[in-house]
Amino acid sequence: MPFDEMLTEDSLPRAPYKGYFNWHSEQKTSDLIKKSQDAENIFRKTGITFAVYGKEDSSERLIPFDIVPRIISGSEWRKLAQGIEQRVMALNAFLDDIYHKQEIIKAGRVPRALIEKNDAFLPEMIGMRPPGGVYTHIIGTDIVRTGEGEFYVLEDNARTPSGVSYMLENRETMMQMFPELFHLNKVRPVENYPKLLRQSLAAVAPPGCTGKPRIAVLTPGIFNSAFYEHAYLADQMGVELVEGSDLRVINGKVAMRTTLGYEAIDVLYRRVDDDFLDPLSFRPDSTLGVPGIMDVYRAGNITIANAPGTGIADDKAIYSYMPEIVEFYTGQKPILENVPTYRCSEPDTLAYVLEHLAELVVKEVHGSGGYGMLVGPAASKRERTEFAAKLRARPGNYIAQPTLSLSTVPILVKKGLAPRHVDLRPFVLVSNKIQIIPGGLTRVALKEGSLVVNSSQGGGTKDTWVLED
Amino acid sequence: MLGRTANGLFWMFRYIERAENTARLIDAGLRMSLTRMHGHEEEWESVLRSSGVFNAYSAANPQVTGPDAINYLLRDKSNPSSVLSAIEAARNNGRMVRTALTREAWEATNECYLDIKAKLARKISGDEMPEIINTIKQRTGLIRGAFHGTMLRNEIYNFSRIGTFIERADNTSRILDVKYYVLLPAVSYVGSSLDNVQWESILRSVSAHRSYGWVYDDDYKPANIADFLILNGRMPRSLAYCYDKINANLTYLEREYGERTSCHEIAAATLGMLREREIQSIMDFGLHEFLQDFISHNSRVAAEIAEVYRFYQD
Repeated sequence: MPFDEMLTEDSLPRAPYKGYFNWHSEQKTSDLIKKSQDAENIFRKTGITFAVYGKEDSSERLIPFDIVPRIISGSEWRKLAQGIEQRVMALNAFLDDIYHKQEIIKAGRVPRALIEKNDAFLPEMIGMRPPGGVYTHIIGTDIVRTGEGEFYVLEDNARTPSGVSYMLENRETMMQMFPELFHLNKVRPVENYPKLLRQSLAAVAPPGCTGKPRIAVLTPGIFNSAFYEHAYLADQMGVELVEGSDLRVINGKVAMRTTLGYEAIDVLYRRVDDDFLDPLSFRPDSTLGVPGIMDVYRAGNITIANAPGTGIADDKAIYSYMPEIVEFYTGQKPILENVPTYRCSEPDTLAYVLEHLAELVVKEVHGSGGYGMLVGPAASKRERTEFAAKLRARPGNYIAQPTLSLSTVPILVKKGLAPRHVDLRPFVLVSNKIQIIPGGLTRVALKEGSLVVNSSQGGGTKDTWVLED
Repeated sequence: MLGRTANGLFWMFRYIERAENTARLIDAGLRMSLTRMHGHEEEWESVLRSSGVFNAYSAANPQVTGPDAINYLLRDKSNPSSVLSAIEAARNNGRMVRTALTREAWEATNECYLDIKAKLARKISGDEMPEIINTIKQRTGLIRGAFHGTMLRNEIYNFSRIGTFIERADNTSRILDVKYYVLLPAVSYVGSSLDNVQWESILRSVSAHRSYGWVYDDDYKPANIADFLILNGRMPRSLAYCYDKINANLTYLEREYGERTSCHEIAAATLGMLREREIQSIMDFGLHEFLQDFISHNSRVAAEIAEVYRFYQD
C-alpha cells in the first residue's frame, strides 16, 4: 500500500488534514462535484490552457483541476525548504565552478566527459559570470514522497521551469470557491509570487543599470504550450511580454521595439530554450531569439534569467551525481535524498537495468514532459522489449530508477474520495537571497494506479497548502 | 507599448469588426433571397463580392448557391474573412496582447470564440440561421461592451478603436462599391420594386434600413443612401463617422506621445474631404471611382499608422 497523505491505514485523518477532513465530511459529494465543474468553467473562460504538441485538433486543453487540496504541515515544509535551499545553493555553486575552475572535475567527483560532451554544457559560458553571480534565478524542484518524512528529489528543473501560474490560479480558484476553508485552516500565502519574482529579477540587474531596471518576459509566442503562463506572469509583474521579433541589439544593449522607438531592457526573463536564444551563437535558424544577445550578455549589459547553460545542472545524467555535488559545495550531507539512479552508460549497470526492466522506470537523459520514458511495472511485455532495443542502441541516453511507491492524496470522484499518486514542484527564487514559496504545484495522476503525473499524459493539478504551524 | 502589441490590438479589433460585418452581409443576403421571386444567385454573388472573397470562393466552388455561399462566409477556414476565421484571428491576437486587455475584455473575447466555434462546428441549416446571426451579433456586442466598460482610455484603447474604424470604413465602402450601379441615376429602373429591394439590401448590410427613415424621408433615394453611408457624420457606419473616430484617436496618440506624424496629416485630410464634399459632386465625379480611391486611401492610412507606430520589424 502506498502512503496516503490524508488518511492513515485506519482511515483516520493525519494531523495536517484534520481540519479539511472534518469540513469535507459535512459536505455533500454532489455539491462538491458541482463546484468542481464550476472550477473547470472558470479555467475554460479564463483561457488557462496548455497546448499539446502533435495534436492538431485539440491544440488547446485544460489541465484538470482537483478541488481536494494537498496539505503539508509546517514542520514537514521546514525540512523540505532547508533541503531545497541547500540543493539550490549547490546547483549555483556547481554552475559557477564548471564554467570557471572546474574544481569538481579536478577532484574526480564528476567525470569530465559527462560535462564537456553534454549538449546542455555551453562553451560560450566558460569564464562568464552572470550579474550577481546567479545562474538559476527560478527553479522548480520536483519532489516525491514515499512515507512519513520521506521525501526524494526527482528532478531539479533549473532551466525554465513552468507551472507556477497553475499554483497561483489554483489558489485563486480555491479561495473563490471555498473561502470558509481558509478561515478554518491557516494556509501560508503564495499570491505574492509575481511580486517576489519581480523584486528578485530586479535585484540581479546588470551593475551598469541605474534607476529602475527594465524587465521583460521573453516568450516563443502564442503557440507555445506554456504561453498562458508567460502572459500571466508578465501581466502580474506589470512588465512587457516580448517575442524575439520585438528585440534587437542597439548600442550594446538589448532593446524592444515600442510605438515610440527602441527602449533598452535590463533583465530578460526568458522562456525560450538556450538553443533558440541567439541565432548568432546557437541555432542559426532560430527566429525566437535575438541575434547578438550573447555578446550583450558577455559584456555585462543584460541579465538573462535563467542564465544560458544552466541545463547542465538539471541534466538527468548529472542528477545521479547530485549527492556528491551537494556535499562538494556545501560541505554537508544532502538533507533531501536523491532517487537511486542507474547510469545506463556503464556496461554492468546496463546489464542490470535490462534484466530488471519490469521493476524500473527508465528515462531519457534529455527528455522532459514524460515523453520517451518507460514505466516498467505498467508496461506491456512488448513495450519493454521495444524499449530494451532502444536502450541497447544508445545506453548513454538513458538512466533508470527504481519504481518508488509514490504517496497518494485523495481526489474527488463520483463516489467521494479516491487516492491518486502525486508529486510536488515548489518554486524557488534566487537573487541575493533564496526564497522558497510555501506551496507549489501538486501534480496528480488522475488514472487509478498511474504513476505518471505529467499534464501531457493525463495528469491534473491540486492546490497545495503549507500550514502555518 | 510594444509596436507588436499595438499591431495585435489593431488587428484584434479589425477582425471582430469583420466578423460582425460578414454576419450582417449574410443577414442581408438571406433577406434578399426571401423577398426575391427568382434566381437569387446574383444576390449571393454580390454578397461574396462585398466581402471581397468572390474570386477565392469561385476557385473552390463550381457555382454560386445560397447554402455554399453561406457556408463559405460563415465557417470556411480557408476563407480568412469567414466569421469563424475572423473570430479565431481576433482571439489569437487577443491572446497575444492579453496583458493589454482587462480580464473582462479578454474573457468576453475568449467566450465569444469558444461559443461560436462550438456552434459552427458543423454546417448550419437554413432555419438555424437567424439564431446563429443573432449569437454572432450578441457575442461581438459583449466584447465591445466589456471593452468600453472596463478599458482605460489610453494608447491601448486608441489602437483598438483605430482598427475598428479602418475595418468598418473599408467594409462600408466595399458594400457601396459592389452595389454602386444600383445607386446610379439610371432612368429606366428608378422607382421600380426591384430597385427598392436592392437599396434596402444595401442599408440592411450596414444595419441602417431603419435609421435611414429617421434621417431622410421614407422613400429610398440613391443620392440619399450614398449620402447617408458616405457623408453623414451621425451614421455610425458612414465613412465620415469612421474618419471622425480615427482622427479623434490619432489625436489622443499625438497628445500622449507628443508627436504629430504623417499618418495624422493624411487621416485629417481624409476627414476634411468627407466633411466638405457634397454628395452630388461625388455622384458627378463617379461613385465607383470615388469609392475605389477611398478604399486604396484607407489602406494607405492603415499602412502609414503601422509604419509610424512600428507595428512590424523593419
